[in-house]
Amino acid sequence: MTAIICRDLVLKYAELVAVSGLNLEVETGECFGLLGPNGAGKTTTVEAIEGLKAPHAGSLEVFGQVWGTRRDRALRKRLGVALQETRLPDKLTVRESVRLFASFYGNTSSQEEVIGRLGLTEKATARVERLSGGQKQRLALACALVGKPDLLILDEPTTGLDPTARLAIWDIILEFKAMGGTVLITTHYMEEAERLCDRVGIMHAGRVVALGSPQELIGQLGADQVIELEASLELSDAELGSIEGVRSVSRRGDRVVILCRFPAKVLPFVFEAAARTGATVSEAKLHPSTLEDVFVHLTGRRLADG
Amino acid sequence: MASPLIELTRARFLEFWRDPSALFWVFVFPVILAVALGLAFREKGDEAAKVALVGELAPHLVGEDTRTGGALELIALSRDEALMRLSRGLVDLVVELPVALEPQAKIAFHFDPTKPGSSKAYLEARELLERKAGRHDVLVAVPVHVSKPASRYIDFLIPGLVGLNIMGSCMWGLGYTVVDSRRRKLLKRFAVTPMRRADFLLSFGLSRLVFLVLEVAFLVLFGWLVFGVAVRGSILGLVVVSFLGLGAFTGLALLIASRTESVEAAAGWMNFVQLPMWLLSGSFFDYTRFPEVTHPFIKALPLTALNDALRADPESPVSGILLQGCGTRTSNYPTQTVLAFPKDAENSHFGMDTS
Repeated sequence: MTAIICRDLVLKYAELVAVSGLNLEVETGECFGLLGPNGAGKTTTVEAIEGLKAPHAGSLEVFGQVWGTRRDRALRKRLGVALQETRLPDKLTVRESVRLFASFYGNTSSQEEVIGRLGLTEKATARVERLSGGQKQRLALACALVGKPDLLILDEPTTGLDPTARLAIWDIILEFKAMGGTVLITTHYMEEAERLCDRVGIMHAGRVVALGSPQELIGQLGADQVIELEASLELSDAELGSIEGVRSVSRRGDRVVILCRFPAKVLPFVFEAAARTGATVSEAKLHPSTLEDVFVHLTGRRLADG
Repeated sequence: MASPLIELTRARFLEFWRDPSALFWVFVFPVILAVALGLAFREKGDEAAKVALVGELAPHLVGEDTRTGGALELIALSRDEALMRLSRGLVDLVVELPVALEPQAKIAFHFDPTKPGSSKAYLEARELLERKAGRHDVLVAVPVHVSKPASRYIDFLIPGLVGLNIMGSCMWGLGYTVVDSRRRKLLKRFAVTPMRRADFLLSFGLSRLVFLVLEVAFLVLFGWLVFGVAVRGSILGLVVVSFLGLGAFTGLALLIASRTESVEAAAGWMNFVQLPMWLLSGSFFDYTRFPEVTHPFIKALPLTALNDALRADPESPVSGILLQGCGTRTSNYPTQTVLAFPKDAENSHFGMDTS
C-alpha cells in the first residue's frame, strides 16, 4: 500500500513556482525524508500533502484519497503533524495541550502514556511558556501522536535543537516507525536523514533531483571517500582529476573537496607537491561520503545554505 | 470522549484567565475609570460659588452674615487680584462694588457665562446685593426640593463603561487572539487536525460569553456596592442586551482578524474601529451634545446602540431600541429599561450651566 503519491505536482504562491513537477511515492511503514536547503520547496510540498495547499497542477493522493472531498476529516484523523515551529498556546500546560489535541480525534492513545513516552511526565503541569526548545518540540510531537496517526508528518522537527534534544526526538520517531507507522520528514540535516530514513528525496529548486536510500545515493557517487583540504599550494582540477579513482573536485574558497575511491593515492600526491614547493597544508580531512556530499555533487551547494 | 468544543472553550478560558494583563484591562481598568471619573465628576450638591468682591464696601459685606444659605462664598480682594483669579478659574464671579449700596448705584459683574456655575453665581450675588440695597420681594417663593433617582454622573457612566467593556473585550479577546494564533501558525496546526472549524469559531463565542457574564456582573456589582448604581430595569434585559452586544462586536473583531497577518496591523485596525466609538458613542458623555448632523452617523455605531439600550430612559421611548418588544417589561419602566438613567440628569453637573 502506498501512503503518499505525488505525480507531476506543481505548487505556486501567486506567480512564484515553489514546486515544479514533483514525483514521489511513500510506502506505508517507511520513513521517507525530504532533503534540501531552505527554499527548495520542502515545506510547500509537505503543506500540500497535509491538505493545506491545493496543487496547481498534477495529482496528489494520501492513502488513496485526494484532498477537498467530504472525507477530509476522516483522512485528517489518520495524520499526525508537527509543523515547522508551531508555537502552542503559552498559557496552557503540557497536559492541557495534549488534552486539547486529543479531543479532536475519536480514537486516541492514553494522554498520560503519550506524555510519558515523550519524557514530559515531570513537566505535565508546566505551562508551555516555561518549556525549553527541546521540550516544546517533544510536546508538538505528543500532540501529533496522541491521535494514533498512521502517517506522521514532521517538518524540520529538530531545527535549532541541541544534540541531546535531537537524539530524544529521533528515538521517538524510530519507535513510532517500529510500531508500523509511516513517517514523512523534512530536514536539512543529512545526519538526521541517514539515521532515520529508509529512503530520501533530495530537493533542489522545486524538484526532486535524487531519490533512493541513503546508501544508494551515496553509492551513486561512485566514490565512497571524501578528502577536504585546506592548503596554500596551487593544484589544478586537471592535475587532481587525473589521479586514479578521483570522481570530482570542487572548491569553496580555499577549501578543496575531492570525491575519490582511493584516498591513499590522492593524499601522497598532495603532500609531495606541498613538500616540493614548500607550501603548507593546514588541514586535511578524510571521511566516508555522506548525503551532504551527494547534495553538493548534484547542486554545487551545501544543504545548510539558505 | 471530551467534546472538542468544550475543550477549545476551556483552553480559551484558561489562556485568558492566566494572562494578568488581559485581566487587568477587563476587570481592573473599568473600575479605575469608574472611580476616577466618578470622583472627578461627583455630585457637588450646592457647593458655594466663589465670589470676589472689590471696593471699599467689600470687607464690610464679607464680614456680615449674608444668610445666603451657603450658595455664595464671599471674599474681598483688590481689583487686579480678583480679575487675575477670575481668569484662572479660581473664582466664579468678580463684583465691583459702588461706594454705597443705594438706588441707581452701578455695579459691574465680571464672569464668563460659558463657565458652569458662573451665571448662577451672578444671579445669586445680584439678588443678595439688591436686597442689601433695600429691594422688597413681592412674591413668596416656596422652594420644594426633590431628588431624582439615578441622576448623578456615575449613574450615567457605569452603563457606558459596561458597553465599552463589552466592546473592548470582544475586540481584543477575539480579534487579537485570532491574529496571534495565525502568526504562531496555530491556526495552521489546528487546520491539519480533524477539528471542525465551526467548533473553533464557536469556542470563541462561548468563552467570550463566560467572560461577558463575569465582566458585566463584576462592573454592575461594583457600581452598585461602591456608588449605589442600581439595576432598575430587568436583569433579563441586561443579559439580552449584553449578548446582542457580544454578537455585534465578536463579528466585527472576526472581520478585522480574518485578513490581518500581523498583530500590529490588527491592533491598528482595531483602534481605528474602536476610537470613534470610544469618543462618540456616549460612554462618557451624552452624544446628543454633538451637532445634530452627526447624530445619524453616531447612532449607526454599534456601541451607541448598546449604550442606549443599557441606559434606561423611562421618559424617552427612542432609546433602548435593542430591547423593544423583547418581552422584558417590568412594572414601572418601559421595556427598554435596563440600567436606569434619566437622560437629562447629567446636564446639571457635566460641563453645562443649568440656566
